[in-house]
Amino acid sequence: MDLPRYHRLRGAYYRLEGRRCTGCGAVAFPPRPACRGCGGRELEVHALAPRGRVHSFTEMATAPRGFDPPHLMALVELEDGPIIAAQLTDIDPEDIAIGMEVEMVTRRIQEKGPHGYLVYGYKFRPPVPRGEAS
Amino acid sequence: MKTARAVGIGGYGAYVPRYRVPTATISAAWRPHGATKPAVAEKSVPGADEDVVTMAIEAGRTALGRIPELDPRTIGAVWVGSESKPYAVKPSATVVAEALGITPATVAADFEFACKAGSEAMQTAVAFVGSGMTEAALAIGMDTAQSRPGDALEYTAGCGGAAHLFVPADQALAVVEGSVSYVTDTPDFFRREGAAYPEHGSRFTGEPSYFEHTLAASRRLLAELGAQAGDFDHAVFHQPVPKFVVRASEELGFTAEQIRHGLVAPRMGNAYSGSSLLGLAAVLDQARPGERIFFCSYGSGAGSDAFAFHVTERIDERRQGARVADYLDRRREITDYGHYLRLRSKIRRD
Repeated sequence: MDLPRYHRLRGAYYRLEGRRCTGCGAVAFPPRPACRGCGGRELEVHALAPRGRVHSFTEMATAPRGFDPPHLMALVELEDGPIIAAQLTDIDPEDIAIGMEVEMVTRRIQEKGPHGYLVYGYKFRPPVPRGEAS
Repeated sequence: MKTARAVGIGGYGAYVPRYRVPTATISAAWRPHGATKPAVAEKSVPGADEDVVTMAIEAGRTALGRIPELDPRTIGAVWVGSESKPYAVKPSATVVAEALGITPATVAADFEFACKAGSEAMQTAVAFVGSGMTEAALAIGMDTAQSRPGDALEYTAGCGGAAHLFVPADQALAVVEGSVSYVTDTPDFFRREGAAYPEHGSRFTGEPSYFEHTLAASRRLLAELGAQAGDFDHAVFHQPVPKFVVRASEELGFTAEQIRHGLVAPRMGNAYSGSSLLGLAAVLDQARPGERIFFCSYGSGAGSDAFAFHVTERIDERRQGARVADYLDRRREITDYGHYLRLRSKIRRD
């Protein structure tokens, strides 16, 4: 992730903001300059739901450089429909199941070495279980 | 100190990472006969993808989520108090403000005052809202506390914190009755620029630092309010180790019952700038309308901020999302010292 690209995409990375076509209503994530449905160029900022379910997942045995193991990748089906690719966190690989509920959190995605910049972005994790009030 | 207009907390949120390292895991690496009297049973450790920015964002999201009628763009100040900022130069607060949808028309900065940075942010947030400069100000105290491998600090230096969103009193779940600050130049604890780990200064920890400032600030606030320890339902203090809190509270006349809900260190260690703010969040999780809360932080260097709060009827409708107890109950134990070193970036793959 180079720095200008990260900066440009911070709305998507921090707040799950995509684009919605004012013509045909199609939603794009990450944001695109034109609608893939109708070719329209009138697009508005559209925040996706920060909750969904695991549609599919895999564990990459060797994390790419700059990423930390275990590298857990999932397709997450968001509450409002779109399926996006994202890392899972705060979970052990053996506990992941297709269909499980997950929520968006902001985490470190990449570290450009000890002197470089940090990339923050969305990951998904199981919601914090809420116990009975004591 | 009192503000021109009354101010209170409108929303609050906490964060504690999922990982815990038991004291026994650390002592197994350094003390062949084990720790004789461990101060805490275990401490919280951040995941490999966590730091003060990510933790502050989560606490801030919970705080804002508890007052959904407040448009984030009306928040005029975001301050993150920490002594473990991810960047030496580049504000954490701008990332937090951007993630929470508060940018661009806001004041934003990082505060540093050892473990008092978070409550310093609270004092300033109270002043900003209390003066009418802004309608809401977000004060966060959050730390991933550093400790040298093998050092006594390694047994208690934990991670976590909380966010408190200050608003005019008529929208608050807990109204500020008053506050004081008490600071001196005391060399009990420091970390130089570029140093990875902090140092304790001679034997300044304890009597001339924590107790002197905590007791003095607390007594001043009680005197200003014309109140006594017994007038409060809850009391929260900075928590380097639980026994410091017990002694300070006893000297001030608070009972074990009054400090019970706010004492989180036994289950997660010392969250530094986050410690007292997290204790306050744990009390707000339990407090009932009409109750009074006493709060006093401590930060090395040194100083204390004391606040008194009065809980309002709004508290019952502002508890959505994860509570402090939920974060403390969500725990994954790290029993391997090497794994702990990796999570704390004390060993790295480069």
